[in-house]
Amino acid sequence: MAKTKQKRSLGLVPVYAVLIFASLFSLFPFYWMFVMSTRPSEAYNSIPPALIPGTKLVENFQRVLDSIPFFQSMWNTVLLCTSVTLVVLFISSLAGFAFAKFEFPGKNFFFVAILLTMVIPPQLGLIPQYYLVSELGWLDTLFGAGILYLLNPLGIFLMRQYISQSVPDELIEAAKLDGCSNFRIYRSIVLPIVKPAFATLGIIVFTLVWGEFLWQFTVLRSPESYTLQVALASLNNAYNIDFGMLLSGVFWATAPLIIIFLLFNKLFISSITEGSVKS
Amino acid sequence: MELARDQKTSIPKKKKRSERQKDMLSGYLYIAPFFIIFAIIGLYPALFSIYLAFQKWSGFGPMEFAGLNNFAIVLQDPLFWKSLYNTLIMGVLGTAPQLIVGIVLAYFLNMAAVKFSNFFRVTIFMPYITSMVAVALVFGVFFSSNESSLANFIIGWFGMDPVNWKTSEWGAKIAISLMVFWRWVGYNTIIYLAGLQSIPKDLYEAATIDGANKIQQFFHVTIPLLKPFIVLTVFMSTVGAMQLFAEPTVFLGGQAFNRDEAMTVVMYLYRDAFNLNSFGTASATAVLLLIFIVAIAGLNTWLTSGKKAKRGRI
Repeated sequence: MAKTKQKRSLGLVPVYAVLIFASLFSLFPFYWMFVMSTRPSEAYNSIPPALIPGTKLVENFQRVLDSIPFFQSMWNTVLLCTSVTLVVLFISSLAGFAFAKFEFPGKNFFFVAILLTMVIPPQLGLIPQYYLVSELGWLDTLFGAGILYLLNPLGIFLMRQYISQSVPDELIEAAKLDGCSNFRIYRSIVLPIVKPAFATLGIIVFTLVWGEFLWQFTVLRSPESYTLQVALASLNNAYNIDFGMLLSGVFWATAPLIIIFLLFNKLFISSITEGSVKS
Repeated sequence: MELARDQKTSIPKKKKRSERQKDMLSGYLYIAPFFIIFAIIGLYPALFSIYLAFQKWSGFGPMEFAGLNNFAIVLQDPLFWKSLYNTLIMGVLGTAPQLIVGIVLAYFLNMAAVKFSNFFRVTIFMPYITSMVAVALVFGVFFSSNESSLANFIIGWFGMDPVNWKTSEWGAKIAISLMVFWRWVGYNTIIYLAGLQSIPKDLYEAATIDGANKIQQFFHVTIPLLKPFIVLTVFMSTVGAMQLFAEPTVFLGGQAFNRDEAMTVVMYLYRDAFNLNSFGTASATAVLLLIFIVAIAGLNTWLTSGKKAKRGRI
């Protein structure tokens, strides 16, 4: 018995070796990004390479603040992500409610149509979308940057699944007998029940908008309207790049997400599996 | 009396019908926002793009019908083929290892005997929360063309000469594929892990009784049952790979659109549209991209859900 146990745990050595290597591989860029953000710009070509934090943390960040409106961009990003997420949650839960609980002609057709919209690559309409936004005068505004993300077929799909599973038909029938309007039912019965699904979908939408680049890069042209991604990318265009400053910018732009992730990692991981596995 | 009974039966009937009508109306009303938004910023731009693909237009003045001319221009442009080639190479280099490594990592994390599985799960998933821009900037410094950059220092240990990561044919592709790999491998691992956890334990017990060893179990129980998850991740990562834009653009910085080592189809499209004001050819490229995505995603799905899978079904 003891022998087989020993044999089994010895067999796990390569498994642990692989997992530890994978963890280090995943974490190293984060660590190195932090090290570089505390080093003078020349550190990136010192031999041997700098792998221990230095003393320039504040100076480097000061230069980021001198080059881009960092806090303005952070604020723009948070505003963009939050408002897009709230609108998507509203649209998706409303439509999910309709698909889960109402009967109307063409229901299946509309649902399949929503799923099919997922197949259209976002770049196909890029030029007309740009023109549309510019005609409406929304170029260089967060409104123009956000409008594209309001299309979220996955959200409707997730909400329909969740509502049909967790909102009992009897509850809706009872509310109707009491004379509740359908919107009232949505507000006072469905919304409280779907809160957990809001967390899932909210994380998916928020991280998606936070990290997207092509559309924000296309629409946002002046530094005051930049989101973090566009502002960071603009740091990289100088002829002589200040590496300490560059990675300091990346570090401070990533740190809030790392903290949120470490606090809620279970929610993050389960939301991603739910979001993709169910589709 | 007669009248009263009539009223009694007709009132609920009427009420029931209006209730159904109300539900119908609510149904349409509640799904309307999505379709209105879709019509304005999804369908209309997509159709307009297809229309634009047959027009000559610089963004100002009237359009001119061009027939298939835009397609001819794009298809005869060596840079388009180069960008398609680059996209495919980086797609394969960035995604194929990601899926294989993801399955192995998920398999290890799912072993009952492995401790700290939660810790490994969190660390391996962490790259996913970084933005593509952040990844491209960090890797951009790591893979700087400078002789003493960290990447060149590391390959120096193995006796290799320094590489000009941003301007060499393979250097740029390898660096970009590695960032795609780094950011997504944990994401796929987590999806496979969810798949593995849905496989009933008694299937493994039955396989053990039948005398299958661990490796046989992996190929004959795990892989076939993981198939739906593999099809999903292959589909998502091929579609994603065909749309590669942020990583090469940010990695190469100011010179991104002037060089061709890592130019992707979407970069080619963007350059035509917003740097060269050639909206017709850019739209033709967008239509070609749509065709390629549908073809490659279809091919991949067909391959991954082909013969092997049928054999595995229990």
